[in-house]
Amino acid sequence: MSDATLGEICVVAVADTFRGDGEIFASGMGTIPMLGARLARATFEPDLLVSDGEAFFVANDLPVGGTDKQVEGWIPFRSVFDTLWGGRRHVVMGASQIDAYGNQNIANIGDWGKPKSQLLGVRGAPGNTINHTTSYFIGNQTNRVFVEKVDTVSGIGYDRAAELGDWVKAHHELRRVVTNLAVYDFNTPDHRMRVASLHPGVSIDDVIAACSFELVIPSDIPTTRLPTDEELRVLREVLDPKSFRDRELPAA
Amino acid sequence: MADKRMTEDEAVATLSDGMTIGIGGWGSRRKPMSLVRALLRTDLKDLTIVSYGGPDVGLLCAAGKVKRLVYGFVSLDSIALEPHFRAARQNGTIPEVVEYDEGMLQWGLYAASLRLPFLPTRAGLGSDVVKNDASLRTVKSPYADGEELLAVPALNLDAAFVHLNRSDERGNAQFLGPDLYFDDLFLNATAVGRRFMSVEMIVPTEDLLKNGTIHTMKINRSMVDGVIEAPNGAHFTNCQPDYERDEKFQKEYADAAKDPETWKAFVDTYLSGSEADYQKAVAAR
Repeated sequence: MSDATLGEICVVAVADTFRGDGEIFASGMGTIPMLGARLARATFEPDLLVSDGEAFFVANDLPVGGTDKQVEGWIPFRSVFDTLWGGRRHVVMGASQIDAYGNQNIANIGDWGKPKSQLLGVRGAPGNTINHTTSYFIGNQTNRVFVEKVDTVSGIGYDRAAELGDWVKAHHELRRVVTNLAVYDFNTPDHRMRVASLHPGVSIDDVIAACSFELVIPSDIPTTRLPTDEELRVLREVLDPKSFRDRELPAA
Repeated sequence: MADKRMTEDEAVATLSDGMTIGIGGWGSRRKPMSLVRALLRTDLKDLTIVSYGGPDVGLLCAAGKVKRLVYGFVSLDSIALEPHFRAARQNGTIPEVVEYDEGMLQWGLYAASLRLPFLPTRAGLGSDVVKNDASLRTVKSPYADGEELLAVPALNLDAAFVHLNRSDERGNAQFLGPDLYFDDLFLNATAVGRRFMSVEMIVPTEDLLKNGTIHTMKINRSMVDGVIEAPNGAHFTNCQPDYERDEKFQKEYADAAKDPETWKAFVDTYLSGSEADYQKAVAAR
């Protein structure tokens, strides 16, 4: 019986989104996405490039908040843009809202002209999603986050991408959405969001209650895999000894 | 041989109402804050501000100086959301808002610096950026692919403010931290005459390479009209390696912004006098 926490299950689920990516920039926004990228590189996807969150690629397994960097490259923001427009990146971003086709909003809640709540602005989400693989991590899935229609489309979903011609269709990929309840993908004929796995102890009814659009629900839904012993060791002893993962996502 | 040294107040005295000002740095990192504070001391109004926004945008919004704001994001980094910017957006006090993808902003500055009317990109297509700015246009590739691309218009600036680590009196400058951000583009996107650069320290030209390698010298004197020596000038944003962000002060700033009374007290304490008064008040905490 594993003693893995919800935070650890989510880190591993995020890490799994990078499986098969090879020698590209694995970029994570926030603690759990960043840990996911670093864990993937430390274990099953060793060719990934990961950054310190500032301007350096680091070759060593840098802990969260760590400063003892073995620098293997320089990635200032201008190079980030060059890299992402060139497609050699997979980012895991957050989402304040997301819809059935993966349209994501981090800009504002309410009418864009005079928002009820101004958030970050669209940041790099439009450019990220149109240029390279994108996944999302959402630590608080509710029916106000999984919405019928997002207030401002920041990252573009499959329906929007489909209207933009062949190049975009060939390069746009939303791989997975990892939340505190489940993992989702878009592997359906019309790229509507599908339940890929439920975290241990979560029922399909929990997920449906925390979603305002109609999810694609397969007849047989696996349970999200638990971390291996080696993954737990790397996470607990090397990458996150101070357990920032559990602070970001405390057990329910 | 031009000695371009001047003060912040002399720099902002060349500006007039309605101008477009680009501000370098990124979020709450290496912002030309002493120039922004000088701008706050003027009667200038109806400004267009172009920025990868941090407290520069927040302060100018709080002072009611912004008529048009062009940004990819506004954030204090360690505090995700900028309180004054949020309030201004939520109260609808910025008359014109242009929200771009971060890369689009770079492209607009780059187009201006190359004297091109636009540069094409895919970034922004399909997102609500193109819905919320009805002036944006697409352009069709003239080659066999025929792809429809977004034409990001040149962001031509009337003035630029940037803050670097070191320069000589003529404006040859270097950044010593990990990232230049887009400071060179802000300078190059600006008409000759109002390209203002504050620096932590002015040094003799022959000493520049003692501070860092040739790769740090991305700003040459043809890109700069005014050099302002401003030690701690980026405060409370960071200016690595000279200093880190003053997180404690940033928190004080963000907390004060939550309420008009506490904000008034903050302004009285820190922003009602000269730059020297500001630095003195900061040191006296």
